[in-house]
Amino acid sequence: MTVTEDRSGAEVGRERLRKEDARLITGRTMWTENISLPGMLHLGILRSPMAHARITHVDVGPALEMSGVVEAFSGRDIADMQGAMPCVWPVTEDTVLPDYPPLAVDEVRHTGEPVAVVAARDHATAMDALEAIEIDYEPLPVVLDMEEALADGAPLVHADTGTNKCYTWVLDSAEAGTGDDVAQAEADAEIVINRRYIQQRLIPAFMEPRSVVVDPTGEQITMWSATQVPHILRLLLAMSTGVPEQKIRVIAPDVGGGFGGKLQVTPEEFIAFAAARRFGRPVKYVESRSETMLSGHHGRDQIQDVTLCARRDGTVTGISVKLLANMGAYLGIITPGIPILGAFMYGGIYKFPAYRFECSGVFTNTTKTDAYRGAGRPEATFALERAMDDLADELGMDAMEVRRRSWINHDEFPYTTSAGLTYDSGNYEAATEKAMELFGYNELRREQASRRESGDPVQLGIGISTYTEMCGLAPSRILGQLRYGAGGWETASVRMLPTGKVEVITGTSPHGQGHETAWSQIAADRLGVPFDDVEVLHGDTRTSHKGLDTYGSRSLAVGGIALVNACQKVVDKAKPIAAHLLECDPADLEFVDGQYRVKGTPGAGKTLADCALAVFTSHDMPDGVESSLDADATFDPENFSYPHGTHLCATEVDTETGRVTIRSYVAVDDVGRVVNPMIVEGQVHGGVAQGIAQALFEEAVYDADGNLLTGTFVDYTIPSSADLPDIVTDRTETPAPGHPLGSKGVGEAGTIASTPAVVNSVVDALRHLGVSDVRMPCTPERVWQAIRSAQDGAQEGGARL
Amino acid sequence: MTHISMTVDGVRYDDDVEPRTLLVHHLRDKLGKIGTVVGCDTSNCGACTVLMGGNSVKSCTVLAVQASGMDITTVEGLAGRDGEMHPVQQAFHETHALQCGYCTPGMIMSAVDLLAENPDPTDAEIRDGLEGNLCRCTGYQNIVKAVREAGETMRTARHATPETASAHATRDEVTT
Repeated sequence: MTVTEDRSGAEVGRERLRKEDARLITGRTMWTENISLPGMLHLGILRSPMAHARITHVDVGPALEMSGVVEAFSGRDIADMQGAMPCVWPVTEDTVLPDYPPLAVDEVRHTGEPVAVVAARDHATAMDALEAIEIDYEPLPVVLDMEEALADGAPLVHADTGTNKCYTWVLDSAEAGTGDDVAQAEADAEIVINRRYIQQRLIPAFMEPRSVVVDPTGEQITMWSATQVPHILRLLLAMSTGVPEQKIRVIAPDVGGGFGGKLQVTPEEFIAFAAARRFGRPVKYVESRSETMLSGHHGRDQIQDVTLCARRDGTVTGISVKLLANMGAYLGIITPGIPILGAFMYGGIYKFPAYRFECSGVFTNTTKTDAYRGAGRPEATFALERAMDDLADELGMDAMEVRRRSWINHDEFPYTTSAGLTYDSGNYEAATEKAMELFGYNELRREQASRRESGDPVQLGIGISTYTEMCGLAPSRILGQLRYGAGGWETASVRMLPTGKVEVITGTSPHGQGHETAWSQIAADRLGVPFDDVEVLHGDTRTSHKGLDTYGSRSLAVGGIALVNACQKVVDKAKPIAAHLLECDPADLEFVDGQYRVKGTPGAGKTLADCALAVFTSHDMPDGVESSLDADATFDPENFSYPHGTHLCATEVDTETGRVTIRSYVAVDDVGRVVNPMIVEGQVHGGVAQGIAQALFEEAVYDADGNLLTGTFVDYTIPSSADLPDIVTDRTETPAPGHPLGSKGVGEAGTIASTPAVVNSVVDALRHLGVSDVRMPCTPERVWQAIRSAQDGAQEGGARL
Repeated sequence: MTHISMTVDGVRYDDDVEPRTLLVHHLRDKLGKIGTVVGCDTSNCGACTVLMGGNSVKSCTVLAVQASGMDITTVEGLAGRDGEMHPVQQAFHETHALQCGYCTPGMIMSAVDLLAENPDPTDAEIRDGLEGNLCRCTGYQNIVKAVREAGETMRTARHATPETASAHATRDEVTT
């Protein structure tokens, strides 16, 4: 027997290079688009060029006459079998849930909505055939602006519902008994900051466009899809179409990014599913980038009216938020809930005694919105951190000092906020101190002063963002209270193979996050086996039969605990077997460094591998012990996970051209204990990049008729390598109490923190010129206009008291 | 149909293609070179980048017929015959320069071309040189680092003695 080296704690915390990389850097990756099946037909989807219209006539006949075209149909042809697109989060009892057919039947409500389908022997023929379909529309009035949509007499997106309001959801700390009354706080306030901030519409823009393959020819209908949520997809396909759940298998093969954009169950998946069942042949649908931009769900798009109350000494006393959230034309699986994920976070890291949040969801003739990295929390953090800067300005106080006056001190955790959340842990002082030091805060302030004094055309701005977020979605009990349609648990299984190797199965569904590596590290430590002996399986409902997938920075925060618990069960199950092999009492054994040894007795013991082989042969098992070491564990968190941090951004703003250049960016995040520092740093890099992109570069724009003007990468300008700076990252480590790994979520943190840091920096550079806001994205034109407006004395901005 | 002939990753292929066929579709659909992927339809993202005659091209901007007679290298042909990674591939792995990996084949091919033209680029030159390849996951910081480190490795290999200069064997396998 080989003696196992001391491996206790050897893997977790180590910068393991990723197991995933080998296939990804050599082109052996299994993207959905790479799948080809015998007899497979290629689908083309005809999409509406109108933002709102009645379909008066469809004839797919001319397409069917084309060589190579095998099948074609319209919404009417499959109306009885296509199912309806589900929304699983009606946030109030009276949330309006409009009909949402995958393939439009009578009416279209946004440009890009699918109206007809052709199936051909190859992709190019399918594309050609779309042009032969005859379709007539009768235009209907279009409504795009949220405030116009709520006005009397506005055109209705869904005439049968009688309203464009989807819901109104309120959280009031006085009513909930979690805090004081905001109206009273406002009446008593020495300072009241009223501001309107605009969260522009964004497009997730994952690099792999969505695609789906369906094979209906086996005992199960198998769907491969570029999705973040294979388990949710299977469940909702079954519930919506009536096909029995056990007859559906969903596989998420390698998936090229998601960022919430693939946290969806899509009309295209439903259409492909219906087409495959109708034809009895495999089908494949591969979306072009333009189609993804047009019809894959968008993100953000909110109007935020914020009232922040404070005393003259800078202490905050209350915050009230009124939101309008654009739903788009339909509801995706969690569209109404996205702003509600922000509802608890407008207090951020500060001690607001009084809190009120009110959000109305609004239908417009635009592509539906839904999750995009951070989902609700970036919006909340942005509004709060912008308002804190405005408060500092109003008081003539340093922007960091004003934050210090009100944030929760490290010795005050756990801390229950007026929004009703209990933050488990944190150390805002430590993260801030480290960030300020790395950033050179005081030196930069001095430089800023001298540039202001000299009237330098290039001004320096310093932007602060101190954030926390609730992630690790989510405690099932709370989800139930919020009327979400599912739980928030996660599951893991461990299979001990006869050779002592290990298969770990996770219900999470990675698409770039490196779970195969991180989960191997965790299992290696817990089971005392080498990192390379662990294989992590995921994303196929046949092997990973149960799970709630990957989003909301939940995989490690929730799924990691399930894995730890499953490993512990294996260790517990092996104990009587090891005792039997060692001819001792199980009570005398301890499991240390991957071995069962008699307590206090050095020397050879029995490894899990020894036990696995003994279980496999089962020639000599102890009485009453099951011949298996395999174990499943499902974990449901009691609370959310609360990472936090301090991000600082210095920008140089050219007052003559409006050009913004990020000069330095420091991100100090506290995500608790880290399993793999390299992966964590990568998540922060990418998250910060996406937050910077919202601040400076990206916006989805519609024209007055509801045509998406930013439907390609030419117009929707995600940043390139030349547009982004190097950022300085560091960490503080406040372990999550009650988490066996001490870890917190990290996937969204960078995106949540960075947007306000950048915009605060831009505004800070221009404050002395009278600028108090620049609408995102802060393009040179917008910055220049803001300067001009301020100079003209016509500066728009919040009313000041 | 037009007859074309090209060498892809060291293998010669003769085919009849529709004149409108893009090189990327020919590589993927006809030759099974699915390591090269399509990320957009406006030639912005660079995910489909390959080397044609040693120079990087976005294979969605080239017709298959234009590539006739050319020598094409895709990400699948970059590693040595024994499976040894190209220094750029190895550096992407070692510096965590990829997350979802969808942009990676194109990014690696552009980086190979960039280093061929400029063996010792500054970070700014790397950022400018890769401007045509979009990545949504990494924020590019580790990609820049990977290209810088691959450049160092390749320069070292070039200056090494002939016996030790076998392509790219100068870097120890990094495991932690």
